[in-house]
Amino acid sequence: MVEWTEFERATIQDIFSKMDYESVGHNALTRCLVVYPWTQRYFGNFGNLYNAAAIMGNPLVAAHGTVVLHGLDKAVKNMDNIKATYAELSVLHSEKLHVDPDNFRLLADCLTIVVAARLGSGFTPDVQAAFQKFLAVVISALTKQYH
Amino acid sequence: MSLTAKDKAVVKAFWGKIGGKADAIGQEALARMFIAYPQTKTYFAHWPDLSPGSESVKKHGKTVIGAITAAVEKMDDLIGGLSSLSDLHAFKLRVDPGNFKILSHNILVALAVNFPGDFTPEVHVSVDKFLAALSAALADKYR
Repeated sequence: MVEWTEFERATIQDIFSKMDYESVGHNALTRCLVVYPWTQRYFGNFGNLYNAAAIMGNPLVAAHGTVVLHGLDKAVKNMDNIKATYAELSVLHSEKLHVDPDNFRLLADCLTIVVAARLGSGFTPDVQAAFQKFLAVVISALTKQYH
Repeated sequence: MSLTAKDKAVVKAFWGKIGGKADAIGQEALARMFIAYPQTKTYFAHWPDLSPGSESVKKHGKTVIGAITAAVEKMDDLIGGLSSLSDLHAFKLRVDPGNFKILSHNILVALAVNFPGDFTPEVHVSVDKFLAALSAALADKYR
């Protein structure tokens, strides 16, 4: 069972309640595909991913970024039960999508950078620690059903 | 994942933009690292104060970022250019090299916070590659 402090709970709810899921999702996924180009292996049917501008302008990337952020929302709304909440998604990523779990951390790092840029000085070290802990718990849950 | 001519140009241009803010970036990266990755504090048990605004963090942030700024001019031969720093980290400090990745991540976060418009995905990938190459050069003498 993950123990959350009051500060951590409040921080996560605060960040996500003010977040533009479409924009943040789009930017985080774009950044991941640009900074870690090997992650493009999972998006063979997305068409043009030849350079940063193409990736940023690709509507399939934008749409998928939103899907990912709405998936994250499940954890935001079930912070005391993230493992169970993601059981099905974990099976999906393992059995159907065959995503190497190392990629979850790469996307999480890009999401951290995008949120940091948005919040500026509001993304204090303590807020960063809470946000990264939350993402680490999500990653652990998503990796749980791999075998 | 070696540095291309484009990577070097992007890093040099972006580092030029950082200018006088470099010291603050170094300080902020260290402060973030100590709070988000508390295990990294084990290397600084001899400091009186590890809190974000402390003199120790300020001074050491400046030292670290100063070395990184100097490395921007040594991108054609990082292993040669960082040889004595590698000796220091390998034989005296003996910092586990896994921590270089952790500090690099916190430098990226500090850059994103302070330069949200300039730290584009293209700049991000080149700076990330630079910090990775720098970390490898720093770990060169370890064994």
